[in-house]
Amino acid sequence: MAFQNSTLMPWRTTLANVMLPFEIVQPFKRERRQRRAEYTARAERLLDSVGLSGLGRKYPWELSGGMQQRANLCRALIHEPQLLMLDEPFAALDAFTREELWGVMQDLWMRQRFSAVLVTHDLREAVYLADTVYVMSKRPGRIIHERPVPLPRPRTLAGSFEPQFVDIVHELRDKISEARA
Amino acid sequence: MSAASTKRLRQAIMPWLITVVLLILWEVLTRASGISPLILPPPSAIGQAMLRYHEVLSQNALQTLFTTIIGFGLALATGILIGLAIGASSEIYSGVYPLLVAFNAVPKVALVPLFVLWCGIGSIPAVLTAFMLSFFPIVVNVATGIATIEPEMEDVMRSLGARRDEILVKVGIPRAMPYLFASLKVSITLAFVGSVISETVASNDGIGFVLMGAAARFEVSLVFAGIVIVAVMAVVAYAICEFLEARMAHWAFRARTQ
Repeated sequence: MAFQNSTLMPWRTTLANVMLPFEIVQPFKRERRQRRAEYTARAERLLDSVGLSGLGRKYPWELSGGMQQRANLCRALIHEPQLLMLDEPFAALDAFTREELWGVMQDLWMRQRFSAVLVTHDLREAVYLADTVYVMSKRPGRIIHERPVPLPRPRTLAGSFEPQFVDIVHELRDKISEARA
Repeated sequence: MSAASTKRLRQAIMPWLITVVLLILWEVLTRASGISPLILPPPSAIGQAMLRYHEVLSQNALQTLFTTIIGFGLALATGILIGLAIGASSEIYSGVYPLLVAFNAVPKVALVPLFVLWCGIGSIPAVLTAFMLSFFPIVVNVATGIATIEPEMEDVMRSLGARRDEILVKVGIPRAMPYLFASLKVSITLAFVGSVISETVASNDGIGFVLMGAAARFEVSLVFAGIVIVAVMAVVAYAICEFLEARMAHWAFRARTQ
């Protein structure tokens, strides 16, 4: 689970934050003491893979917003959950950092192949990341449109300006206009 | 020496400098105005009284320190426990909190005669009064720290399958630490107040007792000497709390270090 604002704990180092699930989720919790070194290595590898090499000993508040959100993703993924819930995880970031993190997110997914539900208001984000986009109505939230995204992976930022990509964005945009009307 | 470290040095010296200047001013003014040392003795006379009575003073200061620390320790232990309970459960909060407020509204000095009635004069009423005064801020702060956990942080913990006690240990307690230490700084000072108050009324030991005796004999410089000693002990205890705070809850002071 990851939210709009990174909910890292300010009293833990970034590494200790990422390793939080090991202290709670079974079977990690049971085996945590014997396999501490292995778990630490795993957390460090994950931090490396999102571009936070060597920052594990820093506290979250010593990192920028984008870095915090990367660490947040690491924490959400470290215990390899079957389902990842992401509630506008990139909404509080600037446009460039956000696009960068789409790439990070995609790389993580290509490696781990988890299922994720990502809520977003950013249509390009939706099309870039999703296999299927569901458009929801305003209250009460109902699914009013389902749109598979058949574009090949890895998708690129340049690709997000190609006609097939832009067409899908426009189609979604139209659905949302209808829903809001 | 860099400009920054000179500035830090200057800031470290300032309080001492101002203290010395005030003492000199006090000395000069009391001498120049010819005010009776029975009303306001000059610092030099207070210093002499400290030297002359150093045995009595140190003995009784130890007694006051002893009752204060025990009272404070009790307040710390019960304060943290009750604070945790109140912060963790809204039922306990709504049941206990109004009572605590009422309890805190009672003037503690008014309780000293009761304590004497129950326990006799001496150390026990002093410990109890110190406890009574320092207990409330600790409870309120610990409870606040735990009750104000960010809901998102709780959601993260719950989505990992954390039990309530795990949320309390991993989020509630660390989060309450800065609150706890903020309250300790208030409480330790209040604990000294409690001990001394009780000693002035109901003890044959301690700085409070010395103060009352000295005032009755018009040894005003000894009264001041006693006050200074309590103040020094309270300031040192405060500094220790602050040191512990910086060690244990340093993350809460990030704005200062950045």
